[in-house]
Amino acid sequence: MILSPSARWVLRAVMALGLTFIYVPLLLVLVNSFNGDRTFAWPPHDLTTRWWAAAWENDGARQALLTSVQAGLGATAIALVLGTMVAFAVQRFRFFGRDTVSLLIVLPIALPGIVTGIALDSAWRSVMGDLGIGKGLFSVVVGHATFCVVTVYNNVLARLRRTGVNLEEASADLGASGFQTFRYVTFPLVRSALLAGGLLAFALSFDEIIVTTFTAGPGVTTLPIWIFNNLFRPNQAPIVNVVAAVLIVLSVLPVWLAQRIAGPEAAAGRTRG
Amino acid sequence: MTDATTPAIRLTGLRKSFGAVDAVAGVDLEIADGEFFSMLGPSGSGKTTVLRMIAGFELPTAGSVFLSGQDVTRLAPFERDVNTVFQDYALFPHMTVQENVEYGLKVRGVARAARRAQAQEALASVRLEGYGRRKPSAMSGGQRQRVALARALVNRPRVLLLDEPLGALDRKLREQMQVELKQIQRDVGITFVFVTHDQDEALTMSDRVAVFESGRIAQVGTPEEVYERPASPFVAGFVGTSNVFTGDTARSLFARDGVFSIRPEKIDISSDGAPGVVAEVVYAGPVTRYVVDLDAGSRAVVVSQNRHNGSPLVARGDRVHLSWHDEHVVEIPPVAKETADA
Repeated sequence: MILSPSARWVLRAVMALGLTFIYVPLLLVLVNSFNGDRTFAWPPHDLTTRWWAAAWENDGARQALLTSVQAGLGATAIALVLGTMVAFAVQRFRFFGRDTVSLLIVLPIALPGIVTGIALDSAWRSVMGDLGIGKGLFSVVVGHATFCVVTVYNNVLARLRRTGVNLEEASADLGASGFQTFRYVTFPLVRSALLAGGLLAFALSFDEIIVTTFTAGPGVTTLPIWIFNNLFRPNQAPIVNVVAAVLIVLSVLPVWLAQRIAGPEAAAGRTRG
Repeated sequence: MTDATTPAIRLTGLRKSFGAVDAVAGVDLEIADGEFFSMLGPSGSGKTTVLRMIAGFELPTAGSVFLSGQDVTRLAPFERDVNTVFQDYALFPHMTVQENVEYGLKVRGVARAARRAQAQEALASVRLEGYGRRKPSAMSGGQRQRVALARALVNRPRVLLLDEPLGALDRKLREQMQVELKQIQRDVGITFVFVTHDQDEALTMSDRVAVFESGRIAQVGTPEEVYERPASPFVAGFVGTSNVFTGDTARSLFARDGVFSIRPEKIDISSDGAPGVVAEVVYAGPVTRYVVDLDAGSRAVVVSQNRHNGSPLVARGDRVHLSWHDEHVVEIPPVAKETADA
């Protein structure tokens, strides 16, 4: 579509404005994590890695980072297994209620986190507690998995839809058993989709705060929750900046990787045949 | 080994329904060992579904599939000594050409060195030596087609199924591949079952042809039989063009009731015979096609070789007479729905 020069300039300006509002504050957090002044005087007089060292020494922050990584890995693992299985079932088989299952799997990402949180909280109080499974890290992992499944499911589903059943039929025709077909043909073709979905799932889990608040047991503090708890303590402000910077990097990295993995593969898939 | 009289493929009462639709509505067929057999028909006539039931991708609703006398109706594709060349080739995009060709040997546990040698031999037989390291995406359509062929042939199946394998190629390449396929089939001596909607392809390559119409076989025979002696108006119309005369026209031309067919190239424009008016003259290089409105009430197409130089024999609007030899008139059996067994 050809736009008039004035329309082009207006759209460019709007885009620049939008990107500025999103990314300048993030940049500010990154820069302030190196700001030598405790009150974040702007522009920074001197730059220091003091706060990074202090954050690393801070037991609470380190423990929170560890908890977040554990929760993220746990939720991602569950999402990979369940998301892949559902994607295969929905894409490769016809059964009663298939469309409903598909909708029910995707729904949690649209549900407000507060609703998921309240629901899981009451479930844990009324049912799981009686079964002897108290709130703890496990409940956080389960809570995160409810929406992490979606990213894996969507990625794998799209890949399966694109590759079709032809290659699997060709493999069976050439004498491969079901397991061999999965190992040599199906899995290699969905591998990058799994990786991309997994990375996105991890990124989702890593910065989640609402569901975490409702599902975390006593003593379980993820990085976002630690930040929230320390945000209004003046003494901790520099360290909060550092932790926020870490959170930014650890969230952006998986998403960027996922895009790079899915990108060229997707292009190659479209040119096939 | 089975003896020579056991057919490579035998289909009995084969049916396949998808919901309320009968894709295949009762097919009985025997294909001899070493035969180049074509299944010809328009899209939706059930030929591909029959092929997929032979390969094991579809379970028949009724009927049986026998390979070399053994009932394989319920066996999985990997349990059948049959390989397929797919319409879109279905090459594995994440493997090299060499790995694609080796695949069938690899999953059967053939040692690395042996399968490498066999795959190279197979690639050489389709004139692709030296292409082994490439990815399929770096090959042209014709080359991919030959890789698919090598990947199937390397397993030395008893039967090779080909599902419109030349459909995606341009005309020149297609004609070249027709000759090559026929040559390869003679060399390896494997039974080929070839699905196509292209009647030229079926006629030029096959030992025998089955013409499919709405899930049934309308006629089975040699290309010559199918072309010269069509068993139904459908076959006469689908395999080549044909003039089919019925009702009053037939009565007036042949002096009796019935359905009669004459090929356009068997009719001459001459000084006496059935009178008519030339409605259309279509010059097509080696031949010219004349459409003639017969006084007897029907249209006839006449094809005549352009042996002479210069303008066509007659022009639009001319009154002409059409003549033919009686032996070129094919009387089509009135009820041709029920299929005679091959």
